[in-house]
Amino acid sequence: MKAASHTARILISAVLTLLGLLLATFLIARVVPIDPALAILGDRASASSYEQTRKELGLDRPLYVQFGRYVASVARGDFGRSALTKNPVAQDIGRFFPATIELATGATLIGALLGVPAGLYAAARRGKVTDHVMRALGLFGYSVPVFWLGMMALVLFYADLGWVAGPGRIDTALEDFVPHVTGFIMIDAALSGDGEAFRSALSHLVLPALVLGYFSFAYISRMTRSFMLQELGQEYIVAARAKGLGERRVLWVHAFRNVRLPLITVIALAYAGLLEGSVLTETVFSWPGIGQYITNSLLSIDMNAVLGGTLVIGVMFIAVNLIADLLYRVLDPRAR
Amino acid sequence: MVAPSRRFPPLATLGAAIVVASALIAFAAPLLAPYAPYAQDLAHRLEPPGGAHWLGTDELGRDILSRLIYGARVTLGIVALVSVVTAPVGLLVGCVAGYFGGWVEAVLMRVTDIFLALPRLILALAFVAALGPGIENAVLAIAIVSWPPYARVARAESLTLRHAEFIDAARLAGASGGRIVLRHIMPLCLPSVIVRMSLDMAGVILIAAGLGFLGLGAQPPTPEWGAMIATGRQYMLDHWWVAAMPGIAIAVLSLAFNLLGDGLRDWLDPKQR
Repeated sequence: MKAASHTARILISAVLTLLGLLLATFLIARVVPIDPALAILGDRASASSYEQTRKELGLDRPLYVQFGRYVASVARGDFGRSALTKNPVAQDIGRFFPATIELATGATLIGALLGVPAGLYAAARRGKVTDHVMRALGLFGYSVPVFWLGMMALVLFYADLGWVAGPGRIDTALEDFVPHVTGFIMIDAALSGDGEAFRSALSHLVLPALVLGYFSFAYISRMTRSFMLQELGQEYIVAARAKGLGERRVLWVHAFRNVRLPLITVIALAYAGLLEGSVLTETVFSWPGIGQYITNSLLSIDMNAVLGGTLVIGVMFIAVNLIADLLYRVLDPRAR
Repeated sequence: MVAPSRRFPPLATLGAAIVVASALIAFAAPLLAPYAPYAQDLAHRLEPPGGAHWLGTDELGRDILSRLIYGARVTLGIVALVSVVTAPVGLLVGCVAGYFGGWVEAVLMRVTDIFLALPRLILALAFVAALGPGIENAVLAIAIVSWPPYARVARAESLTLRHAEFIDAARLAGASGGRIVLRHIMPLCLPSVIVRMSLDMAGVILIAAGLGFLGLGAQPPTPEWGAMIATGRQYMLDHWWVAAMPGIAIAVLSLAFNLLGDGLRDWLDPKQR
């Protein structure tokens, strides 16, 4: 019963946060110093047609009514039309979304697969050289701008060394041969059995995913280290060591088991953070995802597109956090 | 918070030294910069580092070192403005919530949590896009998304103070709620907020650089580091230094703030170690 009410609380708080996000985008749309009615009519319209248009757009209604209508239209998946691409924003986002997910997922995988062992190792060798090197790597990750690191990586690994493919998702020559099934280009290439396209897509993904993954590596390894240090100070670890268990077993089996749960939250947060971080990374790598869609729309003040993209990333952000919270509840035996 | 007697961590000292040095460099920019930040010299454009231009020249032949030195003014100015706006707001929200409790606390902290759960960078982007590009709007946007952590910290501190005897004494002496928050609680929450701030400054620098990079922050020809990286992008394959140098400046300054914040936190709070 108690568990159920706790789950309900988590859900309610996610819904409130979602409303907060909608309110934020709604208010941002309202502060644009462009009068939507004037934008349609031009500034030589008569006063009566101006009033008429304002009425049609619902601008004469109280703000809370306008907000209600806004929420309703977003819930229907209607984000308006993009001034730049002339398509409905929802349709644009559907096209760009898979690329962002592909990049963020690849990056989180890299960050988690490297970050967790690194944090574990650093905790086990606390105060030694390895620990300091890991910490320095982590601190650097917290300090360097992601778009800059991306550019430098492109110069070095693509232009100079030629180890990876350059900007974009796949070689342009191959682009039209990959059938559009899921929108995830690697999956589509694999499904069609096109080995060359798959390799090209992979080679394009590696560098941006590594650059972005480095940031989640910094975060994940740092958190793993501090969780592990907390566990290693517990009495059951002393008992396990006193029993004569090998250090590897103490670390991986005893301590790590208790660290897994909080790590789920950390990795989820890292993933949510990367969805956001992808905005700047995609620009550098010409990665055709939501981030690039937003940044392209920014300068032409295509607010429908900007706010639609913001909403989608914000919703993903909230959803990932919610899933992590719920997963934690399911996996933690104390919560059942 | 008791004044600790332990030695101040050396890395934090290094961080503090870099921050102070950058502030001095920014302050004395006209004296230190070898060239004027806007002086174009088209005969010597895109020259590699070395010789007359230690860090090379950009696409208009402007001296990159001089532009970095003047750029410190822009970046530190943004950092200072954001702190001046956000810290008092966060402090006030947190202290009022912590001291008064009840529904005031519930509402204020709910709002804080909502702000904390939203993606910062992307909301800041949307704000600036709506308000129009420029430093003032960038500062405003960063401030709007940056105050919640301070409110959290200040609330946690003021919760422990709420039932302290000296607060009861002040209340019995007839002090109003407003006076107690402003004069007795807020000053005591300040140290934790300052620690949190130095940890946050690196993030502010990175967001500001990101906005500059996307063309939403300082406008050309202002020597802002993020914007400098953006122009360097066109030339990066053959003239890497144009984009590389400002990035190094950003990394060094935000690393310094990170070292300082980490050290301060460890120093003041032994539990974190």
